[in-house]
Amino acid sequence: MELYTIIFYVFAVITLGAAAIVVFSRNIVRAAFALLFAFFGVAGIYVFLLADFIAVTQLLIYVGGITVLVLFGVMLTNRQVSVDIKTGTMQTLPAVILTSALAGTLIGIFWSTDWRVTAQPLASETTASALGELLLGPYVLPFEVASMVLMVALVGAAMVARREKKPS
Amino acid sequence: MNDLITWLQHPGLAHYLIISGLLFSLGTYAILTRRNAIMVLMGIELVLNAANINFVAFSRYVANSLDGQIVAVFVIILAAAEAAIALAIILNIYQNFNTVNVDELNKLRD
Repeated sequence: MELYTIIFYVFAVITLGAAAIVVFSRNIVRAAFALLFAFFGVAGIYVFLLADFIAVTQLLIYVGGITVLVLFGVMLTNRQVSVDIKTGTMQTLPAVILTSALAGTLIGIFWSTDWRVTAQPLASETTASALGELLLGPYVLPFEVASMVLMVALVGAAMVARREKKPS
Repeated sequence: MNDLITWLQHPGLAHYLIISGLLFSLGTYAILTRRNAIMVLMGIELVLNAANINFVAFSRYVANSLDGQIVAVFVIILAAAEAAIALAIILNIYQNFNTVNVDELNKLRD
């Protein structure tokens, strides 16, 4: 077995194992930290797909940003006085049936479809410059719209999260 | 059996798609079963990551272009905005209702 294959499976197991901990752990802080490892594993998978820029973006935004944001949310929305920060589940049995059916269907489709695999490995060693040219060329309008959306969303988030004085 | 072993030894498009399918199902399970709104949010993040893996995998193996990676960048941007907005809303809900359990939040007013 080649080293490439072994490392691929290591990243796959990190991703899926951490995601399983996120989903099944009853301790929400543990789930948040497992989410960090799941994002990290996905970044490794991006490296295997020769998407270096996406992998680094994933590390910066998901691992460095969103996980911290989620941890902030966990810390701010749990009563510090009570010890338990566990979370319950509901409708477990229907959800198990539904998601098993979903996973089975998806895997069956992915397994049985004859994908037209055409591309052989991209010749260029990095994708960042090509992505930059695409973003400032054909995709410049979505790029600008995305920047506006991001700005409006962040201003709105700061506005919504602001602690307002209750009129008493 | 030998076919399966050979298949397992050569990671290709289907391997990535199956990882993403499993990740998607796990995220859906979290969205469906969790009572805490932040756990639902984590499930949504897992689903978004699964979709992103699909985009990048097809961009690498089928499309032979970087368009899929561009879409992945936009998904990451919007996921960041979504996480910020959702957490702000959850904080506001917590201040008003003193709980973030989605099954207890059944009122639109204080």
